[in-house]
Amino acid sequence: MSDDNLKRTPLNQAHRTLGGKMVDFGGWHMPVQYLAGVIEEHMATRTRAGLFDVSHMGEIWVEGRDAISFVNSLTTNDVTQLVDGQAHYSALTNDEGGVVDDLLVYRFGPEKLLLVVNAGTTEKDWEWISSHKSGGDEVSLKNASSNYCQIAIQGPDAIGILQKLTDTELAPIKYYHFVEGKVDGLEAIISRTGYTGEDGFEIYAPADKAERLWNKMLETGRYGEEGGILPCGLAARNTLRLESAMSLYGHELGDDISPLEAGLGWITKLGKGEFTGSAAVAKLKEAGVKRKIAGFEMTEPGIARDGFDVYVGDEKVGTVTSGSPAPYLKKNIGLAFLPPDFAKEGQEIKIDVRGKRLSARVVPTPFYKRAK
Amino acid sequence: MANIPEDLRYSKDHEWVRVESDVATIGITDYAQHSLGDVVYVDMPRVGDKFGAHEAFGSVESVKAVSEIFTPLAGEVTEVNDSINDTPESVNNDTYGEGWMVKIKMDNPLEADAMLSAAEYEEYLSANA
Repeated sequence: MSDDNLKRTPLNQAHRTLGGKMVDFGGWHMPVQYLAGVIEEHMATRTRAGLFDVSHMGEIWVEGRDAISFVNSLTTNDVTQLVDGQAHYSALTNDEGGVVDDLLVYRFGPEKLLLVVNAGTTEKDWEWISSHKSGGDEVSLKNASSNYCQIAIQGPDAIGILQKLTDTELAPIKYYHFVEGKVDGLEAIISRTGYTGEDGFEIYAPADKAERLWNKMLETGRYGEEGGILPCGLAARNTLRLESAMSLYGHELGDDISPLEAGLGWITKLGKGEFTGSAAVAKLKEAGVKRKIAGFEMTEPGIARDGFDVYVGDEKVGTVTSGSPAPYLKKNIGLAFLPPDFAKEGQEIKIDVRGKRLSARVVPTPFYKRAK
Repeated sequence: MANIPEDLRYSKDHEWVRVESDVATIGITDYAQHSLGDVVYVDMPRVGDKFGAHEAFGSVESVKAVSEIFTPLAGEVTEVNDSINDTPESVNNDTYGEGWMVKIKMDNPLEADAMLSAAEYEEYLSANA
C-alpha cells in the first residue's frame, strides 16, 4: 500500500518533524520509533516519562436512557458497577464467546458512556455495536474517532509534567478514573490509564489542536541531562505492554479466542446477567479451557517471536503470541498459548527459533511490575 | 545519509567486507543497522564452520526484527567477534569497527573484487532503498 492511502493522525507531521520512522500499522501511518530508538524510548518511560500518540484509537459515544444496559449486553465487564468519572477495561464478545475487541468503557453519567477501542478494529466494532442496537433501545451512538487526538503521557514523572499544564489537581485522580478539565487551555478528558505498566495519563483533546498540545507536552517535559520526556513510537509501546503482560488484539486476543483463554477472566463477569456470547463463555468455563496465555522467558540466548511453535519434549504444545526482548528487564520474554497443564510456573519449554529449539521457562506475569 | 566507508566492499544484502590478504572481516552496513534499529543479539557461527558464497551464517536481532546475515564470500570462519553479545549496541554505534561479526579465510580472494565498491553501493542504495 502506498503511504498516500494510509490514515494519518493529526500528529503525522509532528512525528516526521521529530524524525519518526513511519510505518504502515493496520492502515495507519505511524511512527515505529523516533531518533532515540526503541530501547531509549522504553527506558525513558520506565524511569522518567514517555509521550505516545494514540490518536488512531477509536472513540464511540453511547448516550441515552439505555446506555448502560446496552453496553452491558455487549461487553464482559459489569458496567453497572461503574460510577461517574470511572473507567474499566472490558471486552466486546461475539456470539461464540470470542473477542471482537478489547476496550475501555468510561462512565460520564448514567446516560453517557465513552468506548475507546483499538485502531484497526474501530470500523468492525462500530458495525458490531450498531447492528446490535434494536428498535426498543433508547441509545444514540456516535463514532467520534476523528474528533479527538489521544496523547498518552506515561512514566514516574508523567504526573509532574502534566500538572504544569493544568489547573486540575491530578494527584487525587485514582487509577482508572478520569476528569474533564483543561490541559494547556484546551478542553480535555484527563484519564489515569495507560498501556505501559507505569503511572500516567491519557489525554483526549480536540484533534485540530493536537500538534500544539503534543509540542507543549514535549517542551514541558524536557529537563536534566538525559532530556526528561521522550516521544515514543509503536515499538516501545509494544515492549512496554509486553513487559507488563497486557494483551494486544490480534495476538493474545481475537475473534476465535475466549477472554478466559486470554487470561481476562477478571473482567468477565458471568454473574452480571447475559451478554453477547455469555452462554458460550459460561460453557467453556464449565468445561475448562484447553489453552491459556502463559508468560515465559528464554533461558538460553535467542529471541522468541510471534507465531513461533512451543514444544514440550518432542510434542508441539502451543504457539507464541507475542515475543520480544524486554529492554528494562534485559531478558527475552514472551506470551504463548499453552495447554493448562504446561502453563505452570517453572515448566520447561522449547521455542522453535527458526529451526533451533531453544530452552525457555514459564514464569509468572506480569514480567514487570512497578514499585508503588 | 548512510555512512559508506571508501575502503570497504559491499554486498546487495547490506554486508560490508574488509579484505586483508586472504582474510575477509564481515559486518552489516550502516544502512542495515539503521533499518533494523536497536540490535540486541547476534547469532554467530563457530570458528571452523564453512560457508559457500551468499549462504546465511547467522542472524542479527533487533528489538523489532530479525535479519539473516549472509557471507558474500565462500570460506572458513577463522574468528568470531565474541564480545558482540556483551555490547550488541556496537552494531548500531560502530558497525564498521567494534561491530564486526566474523573473519573468514576466503576460498577465492578474487570473489571480493566482484563485490560493490562504496560508490556502487551508494548508487544501489539510492535506487533500491
